[in-house]
Amino acid sequence: MVVMKMKFPFQKRVKLAQGLWLLSWCATVAGATTFTLGCILKTELRRRAEVMDNQDIHIVPNTLMIVGLASLGINYFASKICQDALDAGRFPRWKNFLKPYFAVSCFFTVLMLLAVIMSYAMKGSLESSLKAGLRNGIRFYKDTDTPGRCFQKQNIDRLQMEFQCCGNNDFRDWFEVQWISNRYLDFSSKEVKDRIKSNVDGRYLVDGVPFSCCNPSSPRPCIQYQLTNNSAHYNYDYQTEELNIYLRGCREALVNYYMGLMNTIGAGVLSIFLLQGSVLVSLRLLQTAMEAVAGKENTEIETEGYLLEKGVKETIMEYLNPVLKFFLLKNQVEEGSAAATTAATPTPT
Amino acid sequence: MAVLRVKFTKTKRDKLAQVLWILNWISVVTGAILFSLGLFLKVELHKQGEVMAERDIQYVPNMLIAVGLIACAINFLGGKICYDCVDTTKFLRWKLIMLPYIICTFFFTFCVLVGALMCYCMHWELEESLNLGLTEAMRFYKDTDTPGRCFLKRTVDMLQMQFQCCGNNGYKDWFQIQWISNRYLDMSQKEVVDRIRSNVNGKYLLDGVPFSCCNINSPRPCIQQQITNDSAHFNYEHQTEELNLWMKGCRQALLEYYTHIMQSIGLTVLITWLFELSVLTGVRYLQTSLENVLRQGDPNSESDGYLLENSFMETARMNLNIIKSLGKGNQIDTATNGDPNINVPSTSKAHYGPDNVPPKQITEDS
Repeated sequence: MVVMKMKFPFQKRVKLAQGLWLLSWCATVAGATTFTLGCILKTELRRRAEVMDNQDIHIVPNTLMIVGLASLGINYFASKICQDALDAGRFPRWKNFLKPYFAVSCFFTVLMLLAVIMSYAMKGSLESSLKAGLRNGIRFYKDTDTPGRCFQKQNIDRLQMEFQCCGNNDFRDWFEVQWISNRYLDFSSKEVKDRIKSNVDGRYLVDGVPFSCCNPSSPRPCIQYQLTNNSAHYNYDYQTEELNIYLRGCREALVNYYMGLMNTIGAGVLSIFLLQGSVLVSLRLLQTAMEAVAGKENTEIETEGYLLEKGVKETIMEYLNPVLKFFLLKNQVEEGSAAATTAATPTPT
Repeated sequence: MAVLRVKFTKTKRDKLAQVLWILNWISVVTGAILFSLGLFLKVELHKQGEVMAERDIQYVPNMLIAVGLIACAINFLGGKICYDCVDTTKFLRWKLIMLPYIICTFFFTFCVLVGALMCYCMHWELEESLNLGLTEAMRFYKDTDTPGRCFLKRTVDMLQMQFQCCGNNGYKDWFQIQWISNRYLDMSQKEVVDRIRSNVNGKYLLDGVPFSCCNINSPRPCIQQQITNDSAHFNYEHQTEELNLWMKGCRQALLEYYTHIMQSIGLTVLITWLFELSVLTGVRYLQTSLENVLRQGDPNSESDGYLLENSFMETARMNLNIIKSLGKGNQIDTATNGDPNINVPSTSKAHYGPDNVPPKQITEDS
C-alpha cells in the first residue's frame, strides 16, 4: 500500500527540482539559525551556572546545536541531489547514498522535534536545580573569605538586582539563614550574644535582608532591617507594604525568564522543523519520480512519485530487519546447529 | 604652473573612474555609519537626560546625523558621476556640474572635520550640564509625591547602581541634603526633632546614604547609616574602608562613559574625513584630466590631471577678482560719463585689401 502517490509530468518534476533547490538553501540558513539559537541558550544558561545545582538542562541547547550542524549537512546534500536530479546521467551516482541519507535525515529531524518537547518537559528539572542552587547560594552568602565561595555574595547580589527578586521562594528565606559573617559581629555586645543564644544552632538570625533586595521604585528609603517590626519604623506596615523590597522569589523569576526564552526558541525551532520536513518530503518525491525515469529513452514522460513504497509499518520493519537480524543471527545459527546435531545423533543408532 | 600635475593615459583614466566608483559607494556606507553613530549618541544622551540640566549638547548628535545623511547623498551622486566618466560622451552630461560638485564637497569635508572636533569639545559643556543636573536630581530625590519628580528617586537609584557611583562628586554629597522625606520621619521622636533643630535650614541631615550606593563587591553587608561613626559598627574604619560604598562620583562616572563613546565616534569621523578627502582628490584629478582630453579633441590621448590649473596664489587672486566683479554688475564706468555710445578711438589699423591702398575720396566738386 503506497503512501502518498502523486503523478509528476515533466514540467512538474522540473518545477519540483527548482523549488526544492531554493527550499534547501532556505533550510540551510534555518539550520544555521538553529545552531545560533542553541548557542544563545547555552550562553544564557552558563551565565547563571553558579545558582544551578546540576547541568541537566544543558541537554536542550546541546541537542539544538547538534541538530543545527546536522541540518547544514543534510540540506547541503539535498541541494546537490536536486541539482543532479534532472540530469539523467548524473542522478544514478546518488543511488546508493539515498537510503542511508534519508534514514539519517529523518533521525535528526525527529531529534529537532524532541529538543522542542524537552524544553517544555524539563521545566521541573530546571526548577529543582535552581531551588538547590539558590539555597546553597544564600547559605554561603556570608562566606566571602572561604576560597571557592568568595564570589557567592557578589553573584547573589547581582542576581537579585538584575532579576528584581529576593531570596529563594521569597524574602523570608533570608530570615532563616545567617547572612552576616561572624567577622563583622561584635561578640562583646549583649544584643549579639542574646540573639545567638536564643537560636538552637547558635546562628545569628535577623529579620533583615541584604541591600540587593531593595526596590528602587519604592517612594521611601529602603527598610532592610527589622522588617517584621512595625513599630521600628514610622508609618510602616509590613503586611501591606509591597514596594519596599522585591516580593518575588528568585527561583520563580529565573524559571520564568528561562521558560520565556525556551518558548521563543521552541517556536522558532518548530517552524524550522516543518521547513526541514517539507524539504525531505519533496526530495523523496523527486527521487522516486526520477527513479521511474531511469533507463527509459524518453526522459520527459510522466512518472509517479511516492513517499513510501510499502506501508509505514512495513517500511519500518524493512529498516529494522537488518538490525534485528544482526542481533538475532547468532541465536538462529545456534538453534540451527543444535537441531542438526540432535537430528544427526539419533541416526547412527 | 599647475599644482601636483599627473599624466593620465586612457587606461589610467578608466581605472581611476572605476576605482572612484567603488570608493564612492564605500563612502556612502561610511556616511550611513556616521548617521547611525549620531543616532546612537542621541539615544545615549536621551537615556540619561533626566540628570542633565538644559544645555546645548544636542547639537553634536544632530550635526553627526545631518553630516551622515549629506555624505550619503553626495557620495551617491559622486558614484553616478564616476560611473559615467569612463565614457567621454557621457562625461559631457556632467561636465558643467562637476566643478560645483567638487567645490561643494570640499566645503562639506570641512563640516565633517568640524563635526569630529566638536565630539572632542563637548566634554566641558557636558560636565557643566551633569554637575547641575545631578545636584538638582539629588535635591529632589525625596520628592516622590511631587508630580513631575516622582520618578527621580528611581532614576537616581538605577543610575548609581548601573554606573557604580555615589553622589555628585562622592558619597559625602548625600550628607548635605535631606534625602529622606518628611512623610517618613517620626516628628514625635526626640532624636528626629533634635537633628532638625540643629540644622540652620531645618533639614533632616544625616551621615547616611541610599542603598543604591552600596558596593556589591564588599565582603561585608553594606553599611549605609552612621558611615562616619566608627564605633557604631564592629571592625569598621570609615577612612580606610574602600569597598563598602561606591567611591566614584556619578558625574565623573557618566563623564567617563560619554567621553569614551565620543572619542570612539570622533576617531571614526576623522577617518571618514580623510577618506572623503582622498575620494575628492581622485574626483578632481578625474575631472581635470577628462576636461583636458576634451580640449585636445582625441578621446584616446594622454592628458594632464592636476589639482589647480595655476599656482595656489594665482588661483586665489583670480577667484577674489571674480568675487569682486560679481558685485560690480550694476556699476557705471565714470570714464565715458555714463554714455556707452561715445567714440572710442580705434587702435587697430584699417586694411584696404592686399596692396593696402585707401580708396579715392569722393569730393563734392568732381
